[in-house]
Amino acid sequence: MADLLATYIGHFGVMFVGILCVVVVLLLSMAYLTYYERKVLAAAMLRKGPNVTGPFGLLQPMADGLKLFLKETIVPTGSNPVLFLLAPVLTFGLALVGWSVIPFGPGLVISNINVGVLYLFAISSLGVYGIIIAGWASNSRYAFLGAMRSAAQMVSYEVSIGFVIVTVLLCAGSLNLSKVVEAQSHLWFCIPLFPMMIVFFVSGLAETNRAPFDLVESESELVAGYFVEYSAMAFALFYLGEYMNMILVSGMTTVLFLGGWLAPFGLTFLPAPIWFGLKIFVVLFGFLWARATLPRFRYDQLMRLGWKIFLPFSIVYMVAVAGFLVATGNLPNGG
Amino acid sequence: MIIASLLFYLFAAVCIGSAVVVVTARNPIHSVLFLILAFFNAAGLFVLLGAEFLAMILVIVYVGAVAVLFLFVVMMLDVEALAIPDTLKRNAAVGAGIGFVLVAELVLVASGWVSGGGTGASVLAIPGDVTNTQALGALIYTHYIYPFQGCGLVLLVAMIGAIVLTLRRRPDTKRQDVSTQVAKPRGVRLVKVPTGSGV
Repeated sequence: MADLLATYIGHFGVMFVGILCVVVVLLLSMAYLTYYERKVLAAAMLRKGPNVTGPFGLLQPMADGLKLFLKETIVPTGSNPVLFLLAPVLTFGLALVGWSVIPFGPGLVISNINVGVLYLFAISSLGVYGIIIAGWASNSRYAFLGAMRSAAQMVSYEVSIGFVIVTVLLCAGSLNLSKVVEAQSHLWFCIPLFPMMIVFFVSGLAETNRAPFDLVESESELVAGYFVEYSAMAFALFYLGEYMNMILVSGMTTVLFLGGWLAPFGLTFLPAPIWFGLKIFVVLFGFLWARATLPRFRYDQLMRLGWKIFLPFSIVYMVAVAGFLVATGNLPNGG
Repeated sequence: MIIASLLFYLFAAVCIGSAVVVVTARNPIHSVLFLILAFFNAAGLFVLLGAEFLAMILVIVYVGAVAVLFLFVVMMLDVEALAIPDTLKRNAAVGAGIGFVLVAELVLVASGWVSGGGTGASVLAIPGDVTNTQALGALIYTHYIYPFQGCGLVLLVAMIGAIVLTLRRRPDTKRQDVSTQVAKPRGVRLVKVPTGSGV
């Protein structure tokens, strides 16, 4: 009995340390993602961006965080206080738990489960609850309109993300994310499945409510959409959740298409997690670039793109890939 | 094993508790949220059984899609808190009848249950070396491919039927044809401006 307990405690201890490392690294990268975003936007607009707080403005994220921390959290009259405060916590929590199955290197994963891809898909489809609950609990028209847009948008784009994931799984032959990465050791999936990577990335933009699909918060018509009524730390949690989701979607793109932790061109002098981080960094630039360049979509254009273009395209590509694999006898696991 | 049984009781208790709240909550939004909690705990029970594929599909399909649409519709309807006690009294007899039938069925099934003798043998008929995703795939797509595709076809017909029944053609709405829009001769000129010098 004592032995068993010791094993359990040891096991949980290792896991706890792993989780702590991941969360600390994530929070830091999230903070500096806001800095990265402001610098990229500034460069695109020929400005300097934050450059006053600390050297090169590097302390700006800390200053912003401290400012939000010191503000008062206001719960509006007529709102539902429990759900109102649950929504940001839910958004932030869901953005964190997705990372438990992402492999940072060979064997470097908190929980190496068999259905990792499905788990990620499930977690990302839950993200809509934080928004929809926030929109309803705020008891505000603007917030509610934002929440409704968000629900329709996320449900629509999940469908094409699902087909993209099926295509990747056809090539990898496993739902385990580490095995998906290992299956790319000869050829990254971004080469044969390049159009699917684009579909995945654009759907990821829609799924995280980023520009040009940020109709959910579109400041010119809905003020700020679902988080109009939020202030201080409750707002900060939504903000952090959004950036965390961006990193998660970039991580998924990296794992599914860009070979995860694998080093390109045999450049193995850098450790695997560093390569993984660098690839995420590059994909994140795509997110910021899109925000700096593209105007916001109109709602009907958004629905048209999701249902009439991405969905048929990804179904056809999936059938074509499956047919090719069967015809050439290249199905993984021997078919 | 101890932790597994503790988790089982936790999931089962929360599942039943939230299912009770689904029926008794005054606010329909709260009902839907507790329904989601019940789905989650059912998924937890599936994981404990070793059926992680089913657990994930339960979360993706029911929590990620069906419950979102539920919540969506309930919020749109803007239902005020209903007078629950009245409807409870009115439907009590019917509810008791259905409950009795369900309990009777459960008793019938349970009496035919052969206990595994506590050997810890899995109740799932899966050979040890394949994951349950592969086992399910082999069952659905190899052994029962025709019934499965038949189900899919029935659902497709139902979906098309629902769309045909509810689609209204409104000739007065203005439509935008994206391809003609894009093909139009442009009124704006694209200028390459040297960086930093302005137009």
